[in-house]
Amino acid sequence: MACSITIRDVRKTYGQFVALDSVALDIAPGEFLTLLGPSGSGKTTLLMILAGFIRPEAGSITVDSDEILRKPPHLRNIGMVFQNYALFPHMSVGENVGYPLKLRKVGAAERYERAREALKLVQLDHLMDRRINQLSGGQRQRVALARAIVFEPQILLMDEPLSALDKKLREQMQIELKHLHDRLGMTTVYVTHDQREALTMSDRVAVMNHGHILQVAPPREIYERPCDRFVADFVGESNFLPVEMRGDAATFGGAPLQLAEGQSAGSGNKALLVRPEKLDILGATPAPEHNPIDGTVEELVYQGETMLIYVTLTSGETIALRRGTRQQALSEMPRVGEPIRLGLHRDDTVLIDEAAHA
Amino acid sequence: MHDMTAPQGGHALNRKELAADERREKRQILGLSLPAAAIILVLLVIPVGWLFALSFVSNGEIGLANYTRMIEYSAYLSIFSTTILISLFVTLLCIVLGYPVAYLLGQMPPRLATIGLAFVIIPFWTSILVRTYAWLVILQRQGIVNDALIGIGLIDEPLRLAHNLTGTVIGMTHVMLPFLVLPLYATVRNIDGDLMRAANNMGASPARAFRDVFLPLSMPGLIAGSLLVFILCLGFYVTPQILGGGRVIMVSMKIQQNVQTYFDWGAGSALGVVLLLIVFAIFYLVHRLAGLDRIFAR
Ligand SMILES: Nc1ncnc2c1ncn2[C@@H]1O[C@H](COP(=O)(O)OP(=O)(O)O)[C@@H](O)[C@H]1O
Ligand SMILES: [Mg+2]
Repeated sequence: MACSITIRDVRKTYGQFVALDSVALDIAPGEFLTLLGPSGSGKTTLLMILAGFIRPEAGSITVDSDEILRKPPHLRNIGMVFQNYALFPHMSVGENVGYPLKLRKVGAAERYERAREALKLVQLDHLMDRRINQLSGGQRQRVALARAIVFEPQILLMDEPLSALDKKLREQMQIELKHLHDRLGMTTVYVTHDQREALTMSDRVAVMNHGHILQVAPPREIYERPCDRFVADFVGESNFLPVEMRGDAATFGGAPLQLAEGQSAGSGNKALLVRPEKLDILGATPAPEHNPIDGTVEELVYQGETMLIYVTLTSGETIALRRGTRQQALSEMPRVGEPIRLGLHRDDTVLIDEAAHA
Repeated sequence: MHDMTAPQGGHALNRKELAADERREKRQILGLSLPAAAIILVLLVIPVGWLFALSFVSNGEIGLANYTRMIEYSAYLSIFSTTILISLFVTLLCIVLGYPVAYLLGQMPPRLATIGLAFVIIPFWTSILVRTYAWLVILQRQGIVNDALIGIGLIDEPLRLAHNLTGTVIGMTHVMLPFLVLPLYATVRNIDGDLMRAANNMGASPARAFRDVFLPLSMPGLIAGSLLVFILCLGFYVTPQILGGGRVIMVSMKIQQNVQTYFDWGAGSALGVVLLLIVFAIFYLVHRLAGLDRIFAR
């Protein structure tokens, strides 16, 4: 039932400004794909082009090999959840959810039944007669979702649907949305600027910046093997350390680095990507599988579930690492001003291109 | 400032103290609104009350003569029905002409819309009298319109556009249009464009989305504007007087005649009171049908 989407060379400019620059993307049937990028990177523009509200200058978008760019929005049969939900204030919850069915000439009785079914999926079937302005933000979000799926579109688009919710509710809704997607199986394109949300929900993440798609990959690959510095920096916390190329080997602070499998020093300007949680504190015992990094403890910041430790390296950079806050770990915490030897396991030693790919 | 000693003393403020604060605030608000209330009383309530009282005086006697006359003579009935029909028709014309204008302005980017809105408002800066005479110049037998139509050979005889109902309706519509466009525009501007897009997205054609979403959401502005136009029309004097050429008699002219020609304040007042009652009745009707609080609260 789900469709594949093929996006080719889609380009959109506003005057001189290039909002999308020959974007290409293949989305598999039933896939949950997230467009992730900072504000202004063109995510909404791409979504609006898919929905038919923005006409690109050039390009092609096919759904199951049907070109859709020339179809008006109301004939595309694509469900969409708007960022501000766009619920009709003059209709009740039930009428809102029933509206797409009304447009499809479904009779009143069946409409009611199916609207109730859709609302049941989001646990709001008891609020069918409510007015929209009587709902909380989270409830509105769910109604918008129910309305977008009630007519069983094969494609569902969502533009930062959770951004207006508080953190707890947002995290709960992320899981619920994911489950709903697993259950209904429609091809989903989801937009967010929240990297954690993207990693939590997606089959694959497409990282965007300045109208380009920089990398499309499953969450784990995006985080563990970012394609360039921008992706590494935008997704998760990162320290970047300069490496020097000596022949075939990459070196840091004069010592050659052991690299993770599949990583090669190669050519070009590279940096060592160090995630704060991947660093170990090495004791006196030798650790042959770790690349050692020496420095001095600069500052400790207690943040509840983790302790953030800033270390100034002998080479001059300051990097951050995280430790859990179990009592035993806390009692072994280094002190400010002490010298410290950090270790980066060779499997976690990843080099990235300094220059942007796009 | 609030009394600082109580919290310092360590005891929680009790209900009595907080209630006293609240009463004091209410008194202050009341005090501030007193001048406005006084102005309304002096400028509105007293004169209207005075007119109301006068309407029961006829030839130095107190009674209902001014009102019974309105029932006995059918001329009055026709004046009232003419007034109401013209007002309805002008309101209708204003809706037909003004809705597209407000709609277009609402779709424009804000800066362009401001310029467009200026064109709607500019006529407000010219006196109604000037605008009405301008229409007379345009519509009369040897006016611009007739000259042009004869010039291109569309007609042989000049059309009778002024000094009759046609001229009255054209002139009134022109004067009233901004009163419809402005409230409607204010409402339309605030309709979130995503609502229409959402309707499109769910499968509604642009026309269907307009009918199901835009039109209902613009209703408060449309009703407010129409009500304003209709009520202003009911009491309109200058334009029908000049452009009607004596062939169109509206209530306002009858009042003028009573007061200025016959010095019969009682008769004039009674007409005014009935007009006011009609306005109240219409407000009540609209309120029952659409909820005035909903319309004017936005
Ligand atoms: N109508 C428009 N006119 C001019 N620039 C626009 C318009 N719409 C969007 N843009 C620009 O295009 C860029 C991409 O916008 P958008 O797709 O909304 O970004 P995102 O959703 O990733 O935050 C932004 O820099 C924005 O300023
Ligand atoms: Mg956006």
